[in-house]
Amino acid sequence: MNWRGMQTLFRKELLRFYKVGLQTLAAPVMTTLLYLLVFAQALQERVQVFTGVDYAPFLLAGLIMMSITQNAFANSSSSLIQSKVTGNIVFILLTPLSHVEFFLAFVAAAVVRGLAVGLGVYLAAVLLVPLPIHNPGWLVLFAVLNSAALGTVGVIAGIWAEKFDQLAGFQNFIIIPLSFLSGVFYSIHALPDFWQRASHLNPFFYMIDGFRYGFFGASDIDPSISLAVVVSVFAALVTLTLWMLRSGYKLRN
Amino acid sequence: MHPLTMTPAINIQSVHKRFGSVNALKGVSLTINGGEFFGLLGPNGAGKSTLINIIAGLTRADEGDVAVLGHHVVRNYRQSRRCIGVVPQELVYDPFFTVREALRIQAGYFGLGRENDPWIDELLDALMLGDKRDTNMRALSGGMKRRVLIAQALVHKPEVVVLDEPTAGVDVELRQSLWAFVKRLHRDGHTIVLTTHYLEEAEALCDRIAILNHGEVIALDTTQGLLERGIGRTLRVCVTTAAPVTGLTGKYAAKIVRQAGNRLDLQLERSSDSVVDMLDAVRQCGATIIDLSTEEADLEDVFVELTRRKKA
Repeated sequence: MNWRGMQTLFRKELLRFYKVGLQTLAAPVMTTLLYLLVFAQALQERVQVFTGVDYAPFLLAGLIMMSITQNAFANSSSSLIQSKVTGNIVFILLTPLSHVEFFLAFVAAAVVRGLAVGLGVYLAAVLLVPLPIHNPGWLVLFAVLNSAALGTVGVIAGIWAEKFDQLAGFQNFIIIPLSFLSGVFYSIHALPDFWQRASHLNPFFYMIDGFRYGFFGASDIDPSISLAVVVSVFAALVTLTLWMLRSGYKLRN
Repeated sequence: MHPLTMTPAINIQSVHKRFGSVNALKGVSLTINGGEFFGLLGPNGAGKSTLINIIAGLTRADEGDVAVLGHHVVRNYRQSRRCIGVVPQELVYDPFFTVREALRIQAGYFGLGRENDPWIDELLDALMLGDKRDTNMRALSGGMKRRVLIAQALVHKPEVVVLDEPTAGVDVELRQSLWAFVKRLHRDGHTIVLTTHYLEEAEALCDRIAILNHGEVIALDTTQGLLERGIGRTLRVCVTTAAPVTGLTGKYAAKIVRQAGNRLDLQLERSSDSVVDMLDAVRQCGATIIDLSTEEADLEDVFVELTRRKKA
């Protein structure tokens, strides 16, 4: 392993988002807090969630996970598309970094950005909405796994997209709809049967439901099932990404 | 003997590459020796950049093998990439970082840490970027960005340096300072591979030259060897009359390449055409010769002739 090379790429990816922290850290925290204020006020009395859990903390837990996943995706995907479009991806491709080192560095940086934004949302919102932590182990496990999974999707999207427009399409037509329809704003038990069953086909549902279990000790489905689904999806994504990187798909012509 | 001459710096064997229906490289084979200053020339679309990208590992060949200092560029990519530094043709940079950060990051990819800082400082000074080390890349002029690209290619001290049209769009002063630096690298034992559209640069700098056209090597020789390839020389004659010299016939008439006013340019074959016979023929037309000069074929003439022959 080229450990130092991998650490350098990881550090470079951290520096990249840290240098524009207002845009990459502060802005998503602010946006998520606005979601919380508006939706918690509007829907507090109208949406039934878990027994003994108020809507505002339920929503906050979902919003934290949504901000983690969206920012993990944004980090790796935007870095790659920018590097490809501007051409500076050659600085990485000319080096002795392996495809595994490339992958680990990008995904690790995406995890850090996702967790940093999630923690920022938690610390800012917990002043307004009390949010107990029932099981920190599940919480951390899902936070890391989910951000790694979306960081991996970001690598796939960043490699696949040839222009910013295609990446925006990937985000607006796949990532955001799946996030919004995953139960961030509601419990799927409040949905009609068809939409409940449809929600079970959405991997984001398992990501958010398992994460909520860490806060409340309650969830729509057994958290071990959520964990198994998330691990399986992540494994499939890793396999696909490593194949893309190893074959040089859209990177090495 | 130069230590690098034991193993070829770059060994290219039967490399093919297609992009869709375009056959970019059609079985290119080349050996570039250690310590050489090697020129890779060809018209636009000849396959030069494709070949360089394959050597650098940026593109994968469909068939054939390439090795840098004996390390296969795909199977032993880690070793081959440690041995080679590539200055890309495009003026690319990462806008998030300063010059020094960009160079430290590039060195880090090769496993080098702060112990490499003295070499980075040396490079910055040699490339006249010392006072720009803490300047963001976005704030540099085009010429400075080009120099940073050269520093990035050299940051891991590669034995083989590939410069893909490094002086494209660069002003004369910077071009001369870049060549002075590249010559220094060559003196220090680096193998230099250069592509350029400025053929006079290749003629002045390169020991050996390959000319690529339509994905094939159409000439591979020492620079002197190429210049002596019988392309000939131009005989320029000034006569007293501004009227056209009309009396030349047969083989002599076929030698006229240009006639303007009282000036006549004649293309002579190096081995078969006599200057004296040619001048006699002009005199027999009634013209009085008042001045004459001969001009040897330069690399540009050779290049044009070879690529034209191939088209024909």
